[in-house]
Amino acid sequence: MTELKQRILTAVQKPARYTGGEWGEVKKNLSDVRVRVAFCFPDTYEIGMSNLGMRILYGVMNRMDGIWCERVFAPWGDMEAEMRKNHLPLWALESQTNVRDFDMIAFTIGYEMAYSNILNMLDLAGVPLHAKDRVGLKNIVFAGGVCAFNPEPLAEFIDFFSLGEGEDSTVEIVSLYDRAKAESWDKDTFLKEVAKIPGVYVPSFYRHEYNEDGTLKAIVPLDGAPEMVTKRIIEDLDSAFFPTEMIVPSTEIVHDRANLEAFRGCIRGCRFCQAGFSCRPVRKKSPEVLYRQAVQTLEHSGNNEITVSSLSTSDYRGLKGLTDQLIPYCAENKVNLSVPSLRADNFSRELMEKLQTVRKSGLTFAPEAGTQRLRDVINKNLTEEEILNTCAQAFSGGWNNVKLYFMLGLPTETDEDVLGIAELVYKVIQAWKENAVNKKRGLRVHVATAYFVPKPHTPFQWEKQITPQEYLRRCRLLKSHFYSKSIVYDYHSPDLSRLEAVFARGDRRLGPVIETAVKNGARLDGWDEYFNYAKWYDAFRQCGVDEDFYTTRGYGEEEILPWDTIDVGVSKAFLKRERHRAYEGQVTPDCRHGCAGCGANRLLQEVACDA
Amino acid sequence: MPRALFEKVGNARYISHLDLMRVFQRAFKRAGLPLTHTQGFNPRPSVSIALPMSLGVESRCELLDFELEHPCACDEICGRLNAALIDGVHIREVYEQGDKLKNLALLQSRLILEYDQMVPDGATAKIENLFSQPELIVEKKGKNGPTQQDIIPMIRRLSVKRLSDGELEVSVLHSCQNPSLNPMQLSAAITRYLPDLAADYVRCFREEIYDTNETIFR
Repeated sequence: MTELKQRILTAVQKPARYTGGEWGEVKKNLSDVRVRVAFCFPDTYEIGMSNLGMRILYGVMNRMDGIWCERVFAPWGDMEAEMRKNHLPLWALESQTNVRDFDMIAFTIGYEMAYSNILNMLDLAGVPLHAKDRVGLKNIVFAGGVCAFNPEPLAEFIDFFSLGEGEDSTVEIVSLYDRAKAESWDKDTFLKEVAKIPGVYVPSFYRHEYNEDGTLKAIVPLDGAPEMVTKRIIEDLDSAFFPTEMIVPSTEIVHDRANLEAFRGCIRGCRFCQAGFSCRPVRKKSPEVLYRQAVQTLEHSGNNEITVSSLSTSDYRGLKGLTDQLIPYCAENKVNLSVPSLRADNFSRELMEKLQTVRKSGLTFAPEAGTQRLRDVINKNLTEEEILNTCAQAFSGGWNNVKLYFMLGLPTETDEDVLGIAELVYKVIQAWKENAVNKKRGLRVHVATAYFVPKPHTPFQWEKQITPQEYLRRCRLLKSHFYSKSIVYDYHSPDLSRLEAVFARGDRRLGPVIETAVKNGARLDGWDEYFNYAKWYDAFRQCGVDEDFYTTRGYGEEEILPWDTIDVGVSKAFLKRERHRAYEGQVTPDCRHGCAGCGANRLLQEVACDA
Repeated sequence: MPRALFEKVGNARYISHLDLMRVFQRAFKRAGLPLTHTQGFNPRPSVSIALPMSLGVESRCELLDFELEHPCACDEICGRLNAALIDGVHIREVYEQGDKLKNLALLQSRLILEYDQMVPDGATAKIENLFSQPELIVEKKGKNGPTQQDIIPMIRRLSVKRLSDGELEVSVLHSCQNPSLNPMQLSAAITRYLPDLAADYVRCFREEIYDTNETIFR
């Protein structure tokens, strides 16, 4: 007779997401395994398997002797319903073992909208949600990823956080656990020891005290915990582990291709961008190593597509050297090479033509703001001239599709800036009229505006978020100035960005809100099919927490911030300086035109910042 | 064009038809057996699978047609592909040239009907009787909504056997092209006309393929 799980698999959408068994998955003999790690991605298989960070750390852990790391993803709603109906707890893919039987449970958290999934997955696994209710060494829950740079909303659920790049620290953490398990330590002892590993932050070792107005009064380290925990980085990316033996999903995922990482960090300093600051300092990989890893990855995986990724690939000095080697290899082996995140400079334009990526996807620009004044405020170093020149060239080459991305609600934004977006769009249309070779095919300009979310560890970390009503007013204002049929304007409902803003700068009082919302049924919040702000609204009311405190209030420069315990390398003094320059409309040149003194280079001991 | 006979069993039965094509395209690359590509704006590797299968069905008799850039001995293709394939997808044999697909006519399928309680009394005879009627209308889901379909003309032979206290086996030889019968329709017919015999779970297997004279097709 067919077992229950197999029967359910026949009844749900895309069952291959739940079975494991892909090419490249790591299986181990249980008799050789001392520590089992359930590596959870708090979203669906298609999203999680597209994440390079998870692939790297999966490889890092499985290279360790006696350690077996398996993957776990959030089930889609139909599967969750079956699991709950049939009392099937959440399992890991490789061995199909229940998550609650694992020693360590790890999460990688890339965006705030995954918080509900973390709790829901623990609940589906049958693991107690609160760190204090998990008493032994078993089921230690730890987390990393960008969201760990302000981990406070999750403080009561996660035993410890691993800050920054995990190639080295994960090995140290898991090795320590291996020893702790062999020597039967209690959880307290383990947490005290793990806190000594650089980059590890144990939230229960800090007491947060509040003023009457709700702001933080003090963050008190307990039992000799360090006042600040500094994120970890890899200094030499060439010698760092890279997963050339990647898992190849048997079902289609979002980014279904091999992935190369050209460098880490960013020289640009766009003042709203969390990755741009929190991933510093800049460290590169050599084109030789990248080429070798590309060939190995493609040969092992059989992929027919590879992408070179980074925060701003045009800034990679080795780009010409790498593509000169990769383009012929890919042509010979019928592999598509894609190089996203290119700027509008001359070399990039030539490269785009060689790759023919433009033909497929059209041009995409992210000016973020409609006027040069506001682009200077946010330090977005992209001029109207660059946009229009590139568009003109593309139009004369026969292309007729442009995407333009903006944000509304940026600091100092006025209606003039909002209408500046419309003006820029009209100039693009004008450029098409003047340059298009075949006007019969018509032009499509896709314009999208996002609702600005202030993020920690950026110069805008103190800023107010505008109210949802004001955001919608600006959207409508903009829309009323779009007269051309060529324009497709798309703006998101503000609810998601408002919630994202709450959690991005949230504190420990949000823990009960997340828990309540999940009890109310919140999950898969990154998906339109599931996101329902009403569930969150109710949770905020039930817990007596006001969203505005975290969004429209703005944070004082002298205020203690929930993430003040976390050091990502960039100094607070630098962020303040950048904020003040923003208000003066002063741009800060990119790091290659002079070091702006962000402070992240102090994380480097062996090499210099490669800006 | 060379042809491979392969099986798709175990957890691989949850891989969809389109995904399975991708699995093969990558496996050929891993095996160092580059495929030719179709001409045109969007070149695609030339692989095709004869009879697309529903999710969840297992098979020992699937056919894959492909074209290699460099000719290679059949045995070698078989060995190298199998080394590059995932669990559950396995090449049984490779042929230099297959028969014309239009001659593929019949499929031997096997359904296992699982009953969580017990197989109801007299089930074997009742089911055999059901399928001996001159006409049996079942609802078929199509692109333009459900249609009614008589499945009897598509059944060449059918027998029912009790496998255990909880399992019945339905063996059926049926047409698989122009028109094709999805054997899960047999289970739908049982549910519709013999509701007391509706199974709690049904597994479906493809056993063998034939031409219209019941000669094994390759």
